This record gives sequence, C-alpha cells and structure tokens, in this order.
Amino acid sequence: MSREHIFKSSLGKKLVMGITGLFLITFLLVHVGCNACIFANDGGVLFNEVAHFMAHNFFIRVMEVVLFAGIFTHAIQALLITLHNKKARPIAYAVTTNKNTKWYSRSMGILGSLLLIFFVVHWANFWVPTKIAVYTNQEHNTFEEMKTVFANPLFVGIYLVGVISLCYHLLHGFPSAFQTLGLNNKKYTPILKKAGAIYAVAVCTLFALMPITMYLGLIK
Amino acid sequence: MSHENMNLTLKVWRQKNKDAKGNFETHQVKEVSPDMSFLEMFDVLNERLITEGKDPIAFDHDCREGICGMCSMFIDGRPHGPVKGVTTCQLHMRSFKDGDTVVVEPWRSAAFPVVKDLAVNRSAFDRIIAAGGFVSVNTGNSKDANNILIPKDEADDAFNAAACIGCGACVATCKNGSAMLFVSAKVSQLALLPQGQVERENRVLGMVAQMDEEGFGTCTVTGACEVECPKGISLENIARMNREYVAASAKKKD
Repeated sequence: MSREHIFKSSLGKKLVMGITGLFLITFLLVHVGCNACIFANDGGVLFNEVAHFMAHNFFIRVMEVVLFAGIFTHAIQALLITLHNKKARPIAYAVTTNKNTKWYSRSMGILGSLLLIFFVVHWANFWVPTKIAVYTNQEHNTFEEMKTVFANPLFVGIYLVGVISLCYHLLHGFPSAFQTLGLNNKKYTPILKKAGAIYAVAVCTLFALMPITMYLGLIK
Repeated sequence: MSHENMNLTLKVWRQKNKDAKGNFETHQVKEVSPDMSFLEMFDVLNERLITEGKDPIAFDHDCREGICGMCSMFIDGRPHGPVKGVTTCQLHMRSFKDGDTVVVEPWRSAAFPVVKDLAVNRSAFDRIIAAGGFVSVNTGNSKDANNILIPKDEADDAFNAAACIGCGACVATCKNGSAMLFVSAKVSQLALLPQGQVERENRVLGMVAQMDEEGFGTCTVTGACEVECPKGISLENIARMNREYVAASAKKKD
C-alpha cells in the first residue's frame, strides 16, 4: 500500500503545529529569563551584558534563524489548516452554542494573528535596531532602548495586548501540543494542564511587568 | 420541568435534495406530551403534514433506543439537543418548556451532504471503516473464550472506545468539522486488543488517509466533540490515534 506523506496528512500537519509550538514555548523561557534581568534594577548593567552575549554568540545566532523558521512555519501551517477546516463546513449553522468549548480554544487563529501583528511592532522596536548595531559594529544599549519605547503609553498598551493574547494562546496551546503529540493520560494530563496554566500566567505576568514597571519609572 | 402538555414552535430546515437551496420552515406543534421523545414529536408533526397533503419532514432514525447511531438533528445549536450523553431518540420533550422555539438543523459538514431535510449521508464513515476499521478473522472452530488473555484495564479502554455508535455528532459540533473522535475511537478499540495487532499499522494509516480524502477537518483540541458525544468517547482516543499514526508512519517501509 502506498500512502500519503506523513506531513501532508491532517495528523502530520497538526504534528508540525505541536512541535513548532513546543519549540516556541521553550524559546519564551529563554526570552523572559534574559529580559527579567532588568528587575535587577542596576541601571541595565546586567541586562545589557546578557543582551550583548545574546547578540554575539554564534549558537544563539543560529538559533535565531531556527526561531524565525519556527514562527513562520507555525503561522503558515496554521493558516493552511484553518483554510482547510473552513472548507469542511461550507454551510454554517443558524444556531450554535459556545457552552461546550473555551473561548480561547476557539479563537487560536485570532489570538495568533494578534500576536503576529504585535511581533511586527516588537521587532521594529528592538530586533531591527539591535541588528543594525551589530552589523555596523556599534555598541547598542538595549536597556535605554526599552526605557524609550516604554515611556510611550501607546507602546505599553500594544505590549499589554500582545502579552494577554500570548497568555490565552499558551493556555490552549501548551496542553494541546502534548495531546497532538499523542501524550494524553488520565494521570498526567491534569498535571500537564496545571503546569501549562502556571507557565502561561507566570511568563506573561513577567513580560507584562516589563513595560508597566518601566513606564511607571520603577526600573531606573 | 413541566408535566403538562406543551405548545412549541419548531423552526426546521427543509431541503428537497443534495443540490437544492434549503430554508427554514416554521411549524406550530400543539399538545406535545412531556413523555414523548423528540422523534415522536416529529412523528406527530409529520402525521399532520401528511393529513394536510404536505411533504413530511425527512429525518434519520432506526432503533430509537440510543444504540444504533442513526438519529441525528442539530437542536438549538447542539447535536442530539441539550441533554448530555443521549441521542435525539432518547431526548424527551420534558427537557423543553411550553412556548419554546426550537431550531432544528441537519449535521453541517462537507463530508455529510444533505439527502433531504434533516437526513444527511454519512457513508463517509462507512468508507473510513472499510479502509481499515476491521479485524481479519480465521475461519474454523470457535475458540475457547479465555484463549487470549486481555488485561482488564485494556479491555475497559477498548470497550469504552467501542461504545462509539458512529452517529457523527462529533463532526457536527466540531468547529472544524473534524471526524477525529470517531476515527480515533475505531482505531483505538482494535489497537488495544491482541486480535487487532496484525493490521494495526495499516489500519491507522488507511483510516486517516480515507478521513482526509473525505474532506473532514483537522482537530484543534477544542474538546467540543467529547462534550457532545452521546457515548462519552474521550479525547484520549485522539491522542492514541496520533501515537498510532506516528509509530505506524515510522515503521512502514513503503
């Protein structure tokens, strides 16, 4: 029997979503960890040291490429799956209920799109200036950059919307990734769901605190 | 909950055939007994329509004991109506109130074309079963019942998966029109048992390929299917199918 390529099948496509999703979840830990150095409140000395290391380490440079590949694969695959799923129900129901699902589980596409829009702003704020500095051999003060961006209430607002979208995206995505990879078990799934919720809330609270504390002038 | 007869307004989907453009038709149903099943209420309405010389409403039904999986109907936004763990034939009118307006639609899925009114063609499920949802049996004398030992917990899991009656409520309620709860139940019930081992890999590969071929959507783990399934089939089965599929893809050579 000749069969379809695994990644062409519906299950394979979801597998790609799960694997890239888990990779992005691991990346967030590194990202939030590095950024949390601003809470040392030492005028950005520790944070800039970490930022310098991240911008110049060869392994991190390679992972940066992998990261972008991960984000775009996750987004494009999600778009393809969504289009396919829309075709599976060409005529909509007149009456539907929302009692049997969580709103954020139904809204992963919207949350993901909000995140993508947020990323464009986020990259323009930090990633692009950092790259320019690296390639023109200038020393870049990322900490000062953060202070400038987060002095603007508009950016603080955009970042908070981004972080809240991320939190709900993770609340569904974290346990869902394990389900897609075939890991669902009466004993461990409830623990995994709790761990996912703790992870989502902890990471997003830390991220949210960055623009808030800087805007309020608590980090000097 | 009322014990007196009630009057209801039904908004029912009418559609002449697969290609016709359907529309909602409103019917007043009077003196409905709370002890009637939802289908019996439709019987009463249909008898009246026939007497009036009108076309009765087509709907699927067979055993009317909640075990055959023939009845469907998307009632007020939910497959098999508002009560958990029952099929439409086991939904009783006591679950409704006098004066209620009830909207009844067919299952909506590209893979389940409407045959007429509320009846849809679910042979896509049959083709998925034919693509691997079976066990080849040896002919000859019947074997001793305890010839093959099966651990209790695995027998239980297999039995719970086998409770699926293939009604299609999972497809009907899923926002993606995905059939994965059905397919995974059918993959699981056999993959868990020793008798199902010979075709184990071909089964999951074949059934998933057929499921995709039929145009069903992809699971995004919203969990709606698990909530609406009249037989309580769990999402664990979908995870098991995902495992089976990866393992089978890794093992098969061609």
